[in-house]
Amino acid sequence: MIRDDRRLDFMLLLGAAGLVVLPWYRIRGGFFGFGWLGDWLSDDRLWPGLAQLFPDRWWLWPIPLLLLAALALRLTLPPSRRGRGLVLIGAAGLGWMLVEGLSVGLRGWNWGLLEATFGEVEGQQAYGAGAIVTALAFAGLIAAGLAERGALKGDAFVIGAIGLLVLLVATFVLYPIVSMFTGAFQDYDGSFTAEGVAKNIGDPNIWGLGCLTGGRCGVAWRTFTLAICTATGTTLLGLAFALVATRTRVPFKKGLRLLTVLPIITPPFVIGLALTLMLGRAGFVTTFIEDTTGWTLGRWLYGLPGIWIAQMLSFTPIAFLVLIGVVEGVSPSMEEASQTMRAGRWRTFRKVSLPLMAPGLANAFLIGFIESMADFGNPLVLGGSGGVLSTEIFFAVVGAQHDPARAAVLATVLLGFTLSAFLAQRLWLGRRNFATVSGKGDGGRPALLPRRVAWPVGVVVALWAAFTLFVYGLILFGGFVQTWGLDHSFTLEHYARAFSVDLSDGIAWTGVAWKSFWTTMEIALIAAPLTAAVGLLTAWLIVRQRFPGRGIFEFALMMSFAIPGTVIGISYVMAFNLPPIQMTGTAAILIFCFVFRNMPVGVRGGVAAMSQLDPSLDEASLTLGASSPRTLRRVILPLLRPAILAALVYSFVRAITSISAVIFLVSAKYNMATAYIVGLVENGEYGIAIAYSSVLILVMIAVIGGFQLLVGDRQLRRREARAAAARRTEEVPA
Amino acid sequence: MTGTRGAVTFEGVRKEFGSFTAIPELDLAIAPGELVTLLGPSGCGKTTTLRMLAGLETPTAGRILIGGQDVTRLPADRRDVSMVFQSYALFPHMSVAQNVAYGLESGGMARREARGAAEKGLDLVGLSGMGGRLPSELSGGQQQRVAVARALVLEPQVLLLDEPLSNLDARLRRRVRTEIRELQQRLGFTAVYVTHDQEEALAVSDRIVVMKDGRIAQQGTPRELYDSPASEFIADFIGEANVLPCEVESVSGGTATVAVGGLRQPVPAREAAPGPARLAVRANAITLTPGAGAFAGRIASAAYLGDHVEYEVETDLGRLFVLDAEAVEPLATGASVALGFRARGLALIA
Repeated sequence: MIRDDRRLDFMLLLGAAGLVVLPWYRIRGGFFGFGWLGDWLSDDRLWPGLAQLFPDRWWLWPIPLLLLAALALRLTLPPSRRGRGLVLIGAAGLGWMLVEGLSVGLRGWNWGLLEATFGEVEGQQAYGAGAIVTALAFAGLIAAGLAERGALKGDAFVIGAIGLLVLLVATFVLYPIVSMFTGAFQDYDGSFTAEGVAKNIGDPNIWGLGCLTGGRCGVAWRTFTLAICTATGTTLLGLAFALVATRTRVPFKKGLRLLTVLPIITPPFVIGLALTLMLGRAGFVTTFIEDTTGWTLGRWLYGLPGIWIAQMLSFTPIAFLVLIGVVEGVSPSMEEASQTMRAGRWRTFRKVSLPLMAPGLANAFLIGFIESMADFGNPLVLGGSGGVLSTEIFFAVVGAQHDPARAAVLATVLLGFTLSAFLAQRLWLGRRNFATVSGKGDGGRPALLPRRVAWPVGVVVALWAAFTLFVYGLILFGGFVQTWGLDHSFTLEHYARAFSVDLSDGIAWTGVAWKSFWTTMEIALIAAPLTAAVGLLTAWLIVRQRFPGRGIFEFALMMSFAIPGTVIGISYVMAFNLPPIQMTGTAAILIFCFVFRNMPVGVRGGVAAMSQLDPSLDEASLTLGASSPRTLRRVILPLLRPAILAALVYSFVRAITSISAVIFLVSAKYNMATAYIVGLVENGEYGIAIAYSSVLILVMIAVIGGFQLLVGDRQLRRREARAAAARRTEEVPA
Repeated sequence: MTGTRGAVTFEGVRKEFGSFTAIPELDLAIAPGELVTLLGPSGCGKTTTLRMLAGLETPTAGRILIGGQDVTRLPADRRDVSMVFQSYALFPHMSVAQNVAYGLESGGMARREARGAAEKGLDLVGLSGMGGRLPSELSGGQQQRVAVARALVLEPQVLLLDEPLSNLDARLRRRVRTEIRELQQRLGFTAVYVTHDQEEALAVSDRIVVMKDGRIAQQGTPRELYDSPASEFIADFIGEANVLPCEVESVSGGTATVAVGGLRQPVPAREAAPGPARLAVRANAITLTPGAGAFAGRIASAAYLGDHVEYEVETDLGRLFVLDAEAVEPLATGASVALGFRARGLALIA
């Protein structure tokens, strides 16, 4: 019971600190600069919440009053009787902060109706450290109250963790999306208007079906068609690769697996770039064909065909990665059973293997579809005049037209497509989940492909693999020539301009790329551990804790995988540009964006790894008197080390390569490598762009390689230990 | 509270998982120093009961008391119990000594002191000097003993054992269960032991609580359960009995005379009254004689198992399971036999 009191005291202290000590509102110069400490008393913008009450901010009154009420409960009632009250106080506090934060903006009331009712008020800045700490204290009160009522076996840590995650997901996933929707209905001064939406939603440029009659189709249909083509293509090619890798006697299987790493480490527009330099109007292949045959090939690459080829190159390895697991998952004994029932190889493949793979194929298709919809880099480079939704959104915001309502409508359409695909797949899969890998040791070898399938598949795979390698070779090569397509003489100039270092006076990073490079590294290094932590904590809660709404929570998380980066970017801009939370132009917005964009992958990895840990390990730790945080730290985390490393590396690499969301969020102060490279491409400075991309690829290969060495080494030692154990148990019979 | 240290009480405990009611209502009292076995088929609620006692599940309604203190809402890490898991749940990344010291250190004991106590704990289970090894370097039986030591060094009021022997081979199982029983008798702690193996329950328990569908079907000493099962379920679950329809003809002085299968047999009366009843007959309480008799049968199958022979015998009352430990030469399948009863191993069921 003393522990309950101590926990509650801490929450109350936290609330008091937030209210009385820390500056309530956002500080322009940044909180962690601590430049505000000097003017803390003199400048009323830096005053804490309690002091803000007196220059007439009466709407803050409920916050100290609620904290006092909680204190009163603490002093008068024992833990067993105050839980409900604490939950109510915490919820009321959070609710009130939400309402007042959204109602009172920079220049007073956000809505005319409120102003008419309550009279004019002074405006307020966005929330700062004090307000955030106070909000956390209210959340803590809810957790403490629930724990005292015995929810979730009375484990305050688990309840607090769930509360924190819900708060974070609500703030950084739900709130932006909702802001985006409302943004579509707002005028410049924030008042409600349906004009922008009405104008855009019926726009023939979005929904037109002109291509059926010889004209042009709307951008929505073009994007949809492209996504279907890419998804189909990558699924088929990925399946071909997977079959070749597992069911033929082809050499170089290890090499095939290396292909799967490529898309993870390739900045998204690099392939588009290489294709331009090869097949574009002045590309060397184009020139060669035109010179030798006299045909005019023109600009066929710019538009859907070019984007499609680039996406096929980019996403086939992802489909391969998904499908190799699927193909290996089909238990050989099923196929052997089929063969003993007098089905030949072809019949077995058609009637048993393929249907068993169907859910996996659907999964690969979905991933291809979503990746294609969300792809921003390739269409930006290759789109020409006919863009897709993601680039249209970008140009609606940054282009000359500056039409946020249009961007919001387009983003909604894009989100609609990806979420429908996700939901459709879930519905279809619901009935068809074959667990083909049983826990029992399955003997047998996978059946080889029937000859009539093996040959064509093998040829296709070989050609495509060669094409992929050729394209990547070009990327490396391109950094070392003067001007691609015109002057192929060797030069190091591009690298020198990008990465030169002046050592004459200490180290001076004189290259043009260094600034964005170091920013990228810094932000990726901060984001990676946060992503891993949030992802694994979530995975732990999902796998190990039973709480109401867990299913919905998990579903919502997996669904956030289907939110395209462009949508995230535009929604962050719309949500975090004005109070109550204002972050645009900071490094924080980039970090939060990466954390919540890459979290689903961390969650998946964590769930997979944690499902393999015997739950009685946690329970044993608990019954041995260790609290949940101690259990997590001493038992779960050490056993999850490979999953943690994987999550770290993945989020690090993704933070370096992603572009779609980032391009909306970068600022002059915090520019990221990919955004900078896109700028170079737009200026036609292909040489530097390619040199910079090659360096990024090499950096990421180094990171992943180092990680492989680390994990591989660990496994080796474990195997040795096991062998030693086997020897010893032989010597000491039980 | 020292007087009730180790006492456990379930008061009207109910547990629901969503819409499924695992335990409708459970009342159970366990005395200090007692070894109580929760026995039953899978899904009977015995493990749920144990987990509620450990704090790994929270009851939907009712109270649980340990040592006189209400622990119903207390999280697992703050309860004075410890548990031996079916899978042992030894932390694979810690050495044996670290495993055993883990709970002590969680409780705030200094590392050096905890290591000392852990070494004593390992002595207790006969594993001195093995502290430096990893769990994966031990045999199954040794791992099991580490799990016991790890739970015991905390000197809990109650030791919980969840099917602790199910991962051991048959021969080892017998030895380890004797060791656990000896430790419990020597140190005098309260123990709650979950198993689905009736032989194991009979061997180790002071008292057996047989559960079915979340309720207590019957509880008592091993002897009481074996000799006077309260229901057909108990009779069959404990020691595989044949249940035959019979007629109680008369009751006098604690002995009832029953007519069964053409024979007349005296059995302990319990609360029986004249009229139709059912008789539980242990497999080894039936004798088989080649030839014809009042209660006739035919051997349907015979299995020779070394020290005894198991028969399925076809009779007018159905197919009976018979175990003959004295047979020199097994009877042939298809042979006609006359059935008889021994004096012990028969019980009337209400």
